[in-house]
This record gives sequence, C-alpha cells and structure tokens, in this order.
Amino acid sequence: MTTNSFVLGAGGGLNTGDIFFQLIMFIILLALLKKFAWAPLMGIMQERADLISSEIDAAEKSRTEANQLLEQTRAEAKSARLEAQNTIENAKKLAEEQKADILAAARAESERLKEMAKLEIAQERDKAMSTLREQVASLSVMIASKVIEKDLSEADQEKMINDYLIKEAGEER
Amino acid sequence: MHHEAPLYDLPLFGGLTMTFNLANVLMITIASVIVFLLAVISTRTLALRPAGMQNFIEWVMDFVKGIIKSNMDWKTGGRFHVLGITLIMYIFVSNMLGLPFSIVYDNHLWWKSPTADPAVTMTLAVMVVALTHYYAVRMKGISEYGKDFFRPMWFMLPLKLIEEFANTLTLGLRLYGNIYAGEILLSLLSASLAVGVGGHLAAILPTLAWQGFSLFVGSIQAFIFTMLTMVYISHKVSHDH
Repeated sequence: MTTNSFVLGAGGGLNTGDIFFQLIMFIILLALLKKFAWAPLMGIMQERADLISSEIDAAEKSRTEANQLLEQTRAEAKSARLEAQNTIENAKKLAEEQKADILAAARAESERLKEMAKLEIAQERDKAMSTLREQVASLSVMIASKVIEKDLSEADQEKMINDYLIKEAGEER
Repeated sequence: MHHEAPLYDLPLFGGLTMTFNLANVLMITIASVIVFLLAVISTRTLALRPAGMQNFIEWVMDFVKGIIKSNMDWKTGGRFHVLGITLIMYIFVSNMLGLPFSIVYDNHLWWKSPTADPAVTMTLAVMVVALTHYYAVRMKGISEYGKDFFRPMWFMLPLKLIEEFANTLTLGLRLYGNIYAGEILLSLLSASLAVGVGGHLAAILPTLAWQGFSLFVGSIQAFIFTMLTMVYISHKVSHDH
C-alpha cells in the first residue's frame, strides 16, 4: 500500500467523480469570477487607461496651444515694439520740425518786435525832441521877456531862471 | 504515514459508478471559494486610483497580461486573460492549501492540496489542451487546423500527435508531482521524524525549510502552468509557424 501511494497518490482507481467535479467547479469559478471580479476590474483598468491616454492627448493639445499663443504673443510684442519705435521716431521728427518752426517764428517775431521798438523809440525821440524844441523856444521867449521887463541882479536872475524854469517845467509836465 | 482517501461511489444508471474522492471534492470547493472570495473582496471597491487590495489584484492581472504578451500579441491573447488569471490564482491557492497543515480524520486524509492529486491536475491539463484545440479551430478554421499537423513536413504527423499527448501529460503531472512530493516530504517530516521530544526538535528546522521551499515551488508551479497554457494556446492559434 505504501509503495502504491507513491505511485498514484490515492492508490489505484480512476476517480471519475473528481475529474467531473474539478471540471465543473473550475468552469463555475471561471464564470463567477468573470462576472463578479474580472469584468469590473478590467473595466476600471480600461477606464483608467482611457483616462490617461485622453489626459496625455489633452496635455499635448494644450502644450501646442500654449506654444501657438507664445508665438503669437511674441509676434505681437515685436510688432508693438516696432510700432512704438516708429511712433517715437515720428514724434521726434515732428518735435524737431515744430521746434524749428517755433524758433523761426520766435526769431521773426523778436526781429519784428525789435524793429518796431526801434521805430517807436526813434519816433518817441523825435517827438520828444520836437516838444523839447518847442518848449525851449517858448521858455526862451518867456525868459527873455521877463529879463527885459526887470533889471535883474546876477543872483536874482539866477534865482528867477531857476524859479521859472522849474516852475514852468513842472507845470509843463 | 499513509492515509486512505475517503472514497465514495456514486451509483449511476446501468450499473456504472462514479467514484468521488471526498477529500478532493472538499478541497476543490475550499480552494474555489477562497479564490472567489479573494477576487470578489479585492474588487468590491474599485477606484481609478487603486488602493489596498485593488493594487494586489491589478498586479496579478498585469502579471498574467505579461505572461500572455510574451507569447502572443494582445489582440489575440486578450481573450485568454480571464482564463489565465483564474488558473494562476486557483492553482496558487490550491498549492498553498496543503502547506500549513493536513487533517487526518479516522485514518482518512481530508485536508491537502487539491493539486496533489493527479486526477485534478490532469483534468486541468486536459481542459487546457482541449481549449487550445477549440480556439485553434475557431480562430483559424478547421482546414487550417488540420493542416497544422502536417507542417512543416507530412511525416511530422506522428510527432505532432505524440506532442499533444506529451504536452497534456507533462502539464498535468509536473504540477501534481511537485505538489505531491512536497506534501509527502512534509508528512514524512511531521509524522515519521517528529517522534519524541528529540524528534520534534530535529524536525522543526527541516520542516520550516521545506515549507519555505514548497511556498516557492507552489508559486513557481502556478506560474509555469499558466505560462505553458499560454504557450500551447499561442502555438495552436498563431499563424506564423
């Protein structure tokens, strides 16, 4: 019996029942596990794989989008910078022109004003001269008449001249 | 040391009887229930971010997926995924069952590995080989399947036929032999060596070592059985040989 047990385990005989039972049990186990364990598990693993691949796609997409946006921004910044430079150049040019204009105008104006002032001064001087001339003439006449009227001492004469001149000049003024 | 198997003859029609080894029936049921519970409990709370037992069961799935992928492309092999996981888990659990202890009641051996019985392992092996033929016919057509026996030369036919039987026998008996030998040695150590205090002390170390080795052997055998299943299937199913 011992020798036999080493040869065929149970020791003789084909246990058809065991074969039958093992087969049935395995098929039942396979079916049950497929329904209750493997199918849901494979589902969730597939879901995860899908999620990951879609996330990778989305990441790829957003990366390209970001790159595009960056390129766009760069181009825009470049054009904006160019534009700003242009504007500044234009403004500078314009300012130069304006400065030149203003300077020219100011120069001309000052020239004009100077001429006018000169003219005016000359006129005023002429007028003053003529007035003075007139005054001097009339005063001379007046003084002469006074002198003739009175015989005067040297001192009196001096005093009179002073009085009259100052008085006359003051009144004239 | 040796114990009887609890046999039961189920009378069928016409005087035929079907013999059940009740220990096998019990252990097959227990192994199946453990595998079922393990799988169902692991997959009760499924989440996109796996936690706890889901990690383990997903590792098993990926492991079997790796076995299949090393033999055929996933488009063909995907349908055998369920078979592969169930096989590897069932055989692994069966191999482990006999390791921690065995139960003998009334001189009948009740608790053992179900895979320590040739009837059980040969059933699995024949089932696998039958499946390879079934899928070969289904996926390549009956004529292509038949022609495969004459490739690469017509005189290869006897070898091809022998190969089928050899495959079946080696697949089933390799598993049986490994597990049965492991259990025999364990029972020898625990029953024959562990006699008296000195015997018990002497038996501790080799028993521990052999149990550890049997753990390794049981895992390897579950892996080999699944691997060979996929090898045979791919051999039958693939077009390019």
